[in-house]
Amino acid sequence: MTLVVDTALEAVAGIEDGATVLIGGFGMAGMPVALIDALIEQGAGDLEIVSNNAGNGDTGLAALLAAGRVRKMVCSFPRQSDSYVFDELYRSGRIELEVVPQGNLAERMRAAGAGIGAFFCPTGVGTPLAEGKEQRTIDGRDYVLELPIKGDVALIGAHAADPAGNLVYRKTARNFGPVMATAATTTIVQVSSLVELGGLDPESVVTPGIYVDRVVRVGQEDS
Amino acid sequence: MTIAVTAHETIEHLDRAALSRDEIAARIARDIPAGSFVNLGIGQPTTVADHLDAGSGVVLHTENGMLGMGPAAHGDDVDPDLTNAGKVPVTELPGASYFHHADSFAMMRGGHLDVCVLGAFQVSEHGDLANWHTGAEDAIPAVGGAMDLAIGAKDVFVMMSLFAKDGGSKIVPTCTYPLTGLACVSRVYTEHAILLVGATGVTVVETFGISVDELQARMDVGLRRLEG
Repeated sequence: MTLVVDTALEAVAGIEDGATVLIGGFGMAGMPVALIDALIEQGAGDLEIVSNNAGNGDTGLAALLAAGRVRKMVCSFPRQSDSYVFDELYRSGRIELEVVPQGNLAERMRAAGAGIGAFFCPTGVGTPLAEGKEQRTIDGRDYVLELPIKGDVALIGAHAADPAGNLVYRKTARNFGPVMATAATTTIVQVSSLVELGGLDPESVVTPGIYVDRVVRVGQEDS
Repeated sequence: MTIAVTAHETIEHLDRAALSRDEIAARIARDIPAGSFVNLGIGQPTTVADHLDAGSGVVLHTENGMLGMGPAAHGDDVDPDLTNAGKVPVTELPGASYFHHADSFAMMRGGHLDVCVLGAFQVSEHGDLANWHTGAEDAIPAVGGAMDLAIGAKDVFVMMSLFAKDGGSKIVPTCTYPLTGLACVSRVYTEHAILLVGATGVTVVETFGISVDELQARMDVGLRRLEG
């Protein structure tokens, strides 16, 4: 059952210290900045964050990192021209980092959301990121065993939602949102538009409401 | 490797200078078959797009979830929800489609992408790729989609300078930097030469402003010539 709430702070209520939080976005596209700001205000710490990047500039995920709330980052590409907040934490030994190839990051969350216990994947065979992992040769090709990544919470951004929690996205801001929505115990979504029941074309829904627990509308756009 | 080389014998262009970066990009664009689905890596490989013929039917894939990517966006066309893998604002072409990250990478691993073009620190003579980490102790490792692309695309082209700043060849018997993928690169495009790499080692397709013999003197790997 999806709950539509009025404020981002209500949306993030109950996130606990030590939680694993999946955060959508590729750079700033699709990043749920209002939910992250609310999480900072809400106060949970010692978090494990799973997100493609490790923050850009001073806002969104970078602000959560700067507030000292993150114990570990799981991401594919932490190093960017404007990832100075993460860089400083990492170089001073104040944060753990697990680097995961981008496709494995997505597929491991997909597996979690789809009830798959593990999968054999060709990505990374023979590289340092496969060290210590079980390998198998199937039909002449080598694969590495990859385990699911499940979140306690997912924070994602979408374009529009209806009261049933059905979601549509905009352009490349879709990125990790649909996968993360399936992979967390509690999925929390910020949207820029909330439409009435029946206002979304069922043929065009990308994330069905079964995956969505809380929705909050942010920004100025009216439905 | 799935794309055949059209030349029958090695060509040495001795009457000209080495290729500029722009000329390398143009050569890669020329070698991508019409109608291919192509992913261009961040940085120099992105410039290959500037040389693709509009009538070629080449469809660009960006791993953050789009097919039919158009040129960089400027001015009023900039949309924060529409970027390429380097987070640069881009445009969409008619016929474009959007999809989520798991689908985007399934396209790579599933063998649906024809070509990707990547930069590299080193390529081994058998096509191993090292392009994500220098191994330096203070470097922050960041792999992005490089490992998925390396093993996913049917053909992996590398675009790089042939020699490092210390003068050493970046095509090596065995990579010393941490690997991105094993035996995945099929061709290497450099300012001095276009080379095939793979199970039979390094084969020179063309040279620019230098002879095969001169190149051989500067490299630790054996160079073969194309034979008709």
